[in-house]
Amino acid sequence: MRAKTFRGGIHPHDHKYLTKDKSIEQFPAPDFVTIHLSQHIGAPAKPVVKPGDEVKKGQIIAEPNGFVSIPMHSPVSGKIKKIANFPHPTGSRQMAIHIENDGKDEWQQEPEQKNDYTEMKPKEIVDKIKNAGICGMGGAGFPTHVKLSPPEDKPINTVILNGVECEPYLTADHRLMLSKADEIITGLKMIMKTVSAERGMIGIENNKPDAIKLMKEKLRNEKNLTVVPLKLRYPQGAEKQLIYAATKRKVPAGGLPMDIGVVVQNVGTAYAIYEAVTSEKPSIERITTVTGQSVKNPKNLKVLVGTPISEMIEFCEGTKEPIGKLIAGGPMMGFALSDQDTPITKTSSGVLLMGEDAVDDASERACLRCGRCVDACPMNLAPTFIADAVKNEAYEEAKKLNCMDCMECGSCAYVCPSHIDLVQWIKLGKLEIGKLENK
Amino acid sequence: MKLLNVSASPHLHENVNVPKVMWTVVATLIPALIAAYIFFGWYSIFLTILGIASAVVTEAIIQVATKQELTISDGSAVVTGMLLAYNIPPTAPWWLPVVGAMFAIAIGKQIFGGLGYNPVNPALLGRAFLMASWPVQMTTGWTTKLANLGTSTVSGLKTNIIEGGNQMLENLITSATPLNLAKQVRGDIIDGTAGESARTVFHQLSSVDFIEQLFWGNIGGCIGEVSAAALLLGAAVLVYKHYIEWRIPVSYIGTVAILSWFLGGIDGLFSGPILFHIFSGGLILGAFYMATDMVTSPVTQKGRVIFGIGAGILTVVIRLWGGYPEGVSYSILLMNLAVPLIDRLTPEKVFGYKKAEKTS
Repeated sequence: MRAKTFRGGIHPHDHKYLTKDKSIEQFPAPDFVTIHLSQHIGAPAKPVVKPGDEVKKGQIIAEPNGFVSIPMHSPVSGKIKKIANFPHPTGSRQMAIHIENDGKDEWQQEPEQKNDYTEMKPKEIVDKIKNAGICGMGGAGFPTHVKLSPPEDKPINTVILNGVECEPYLTADHRLMLSKADEIITGLKMIMKTVSAERGMIGIENNKPDAIKLMKEKLRNEKNLTVVPLKLRYPQGAEKQLIYAATKRKVPAGGLPMDIGVVVQNVGTAYAIYEAVTSEKPSIERITTVTGQSVKNPKNLKVLVGTPISEMIEFCEGTKEPIGKLIAGGPMMGFALSDQDTPITKTSSGVLLMGEDAVDDASERACLRCGRCVDACPMNLAPTFIADAVKNEAYEEAKKLNCMDCMECGSCAYVCPSHIDLVQWIKLGKLEIGKLENK
Repeated sequence: MKLLNVSASPHLHENVNVPKVMWTVVATLIPALIAAYIFFGWYSIFLTILGIASAVVTEAIIQVATKQELTISDGSAVVTGMLLAYNIPPTAPWWLPVVGAMFAIAIGKQIFGGLGYNPVNPALLGRAFLMASWPVQMTTGWTTKLANLGTSTVSGLKTNIIEGGNQMLENLITSATPLNLAKQVRGDIIDGTAGESARTVFHQLSSVDFIEQLFWGNIGGCIGEVSAAALLLGAAVLVYKHYIEWRIPVSYIGTVAILSWFLGGIDGLFSGPILFHIFSGGLILGAFYMATDMVTSPVTQKGRVIFGIGAGILTVVIRLWGGYPEGVSYSILLMNLAVPLIDRLTPEKVFGYKKAEKTS
């Protein structure tokens, strides 16, 4: 079968060779963890502990603030030190709960396999997911229980698991698929049950033939579940592009996948769902790739949420050269961080270190109108015209050029020979258009 | 702990930049220069160097005088000077490329703000300026060094062919540009003033022997346009590296092929010499190197096709009915002016919308 794909996009070197053959290693619990109240899209969680409180592992330390929000659990047993502003993986400083690990590893309620999802009602499954504080682990961090509670007038018939991992360098999802294939498939079935979908798909990019082969073998006797091999092309894993490649359905502009009967979940999320439903384990750890040419020993780590990035780098034996850039996430959409002690969150799929040569101080040149950004844009926008409109503060014009439909994948800026920061200009445009609309 | 550098995503960039693109274009134009040396001799290389030097010096003077950043190392002025020189006859006076390149850079490019802001291709504007100012110098002196038979004027040659006939092919190859000759012969045939031998001459234009000469470049013409083979070799590299996009050359050359076949013959419709029209004159140079100029061509894929078709129609119209034997440069210049309109009218359909929304 020919690999499926979408229009536009780019072909960056994937650099996955650094970690793709390395099994997941357990990172030991750090002495301190810092749990951000905002790790997801939606309202930040509300702390329910105060400095000085003793907490057990898995205990709720912050409650969801509304429906589109998630609870936070302590990943260690220990003592609350303070609730204050800490560096956040988006580059800003945000409220977080700082906990000292007492090293006893005492659970409030140790997870054990006890539930059989086939005997549970869809609502019960969603409640377990909600209580576990799971949000989309691919990067955006949309609360999972919200995605799995579509309104009644939006029937879902297809669930797609996103195992594309199109960001260069990252291999966390890849390694998870290899080591936890059965659990991920069960997670997929759980998701299908919650939204009563009859069809399940696992989308995997062609550069992970071992994962495609393994999943195909596991799904050989499943009638409704298929593996969809996808062409190696960035951003293949973007939700709209993945749905289009797998089903030929297009999510309407400004709409959601549920509008066309589809729910997409990351494979990491499916695994977290499996753990939450069968063993009632809260979302307190994840797989994160620590990588980059300047890291001495790049690794895929199983690591507690709230672990400082600096300790993870140390665990990978440090760096060969002075760090030029530290990126939370992948190189295309990740955030450059100034502070190495930033803690990771539930959505941190990778930590990427780049040498000093990656610091590009080349200034923008004039646009040559070469049209490479137009060819590359997976949303079919004309990035250079939008950027021009924003530079001229013509926000109405930018809006007419569909500025708001940009998903900030970075393909345009990647191919630009004039090194124009197209994504940055478009982000600014979105911000300003938002201000105009809220007036 | 030391704070690190931050910047907006993406943090990876393709290894491509303006100087790299421009210098690659220069490199891919070298085979055509070698062909020019083979067919025309050292003087054509001398003229090309003068064109380049004039373009670079003009750009430097303007940028120093207006206190701008000096950008001559980005290669764009070199490309302009080179393309301008490629568009003049191989025996032109030495000052022709110098003046042309000065005009191309000063009026065609820098006056608008430099690279990226020029509305039309600077080299072509320079050529149009030279054509308007020194038409004699721009339309004579095509003769190649390989076979100078002494019959260099068009009228003399025509008589020679029509009366003699035996030296026909050789003369076609060696004197005035083939397009010029074809136009005059065809004109006489249509007017009814030419005899049967003129028809034979015209049919020779489609002969395998003659097309072969056209393809390799053993004909009269401007410095850089004669060898289709050398130009295609360079263009293949640019297409492979995605520095130029295939839609413009394909739609441009395709349109010329179809229209010249349809309208360009002497035996009614659908009898025109297709390959002759493709490989003669400046079509290959224009379609791959000048119509594809990033700055002055559309950014949308649909727009590029429209641009190519438009240039193709204009080229054939000028070649068959216009005042000049060749229409490539004016066609591209005219289409350059239509680019902002084309871009506005051909937005891609944004993902997730029912139909494209025009923003005019």
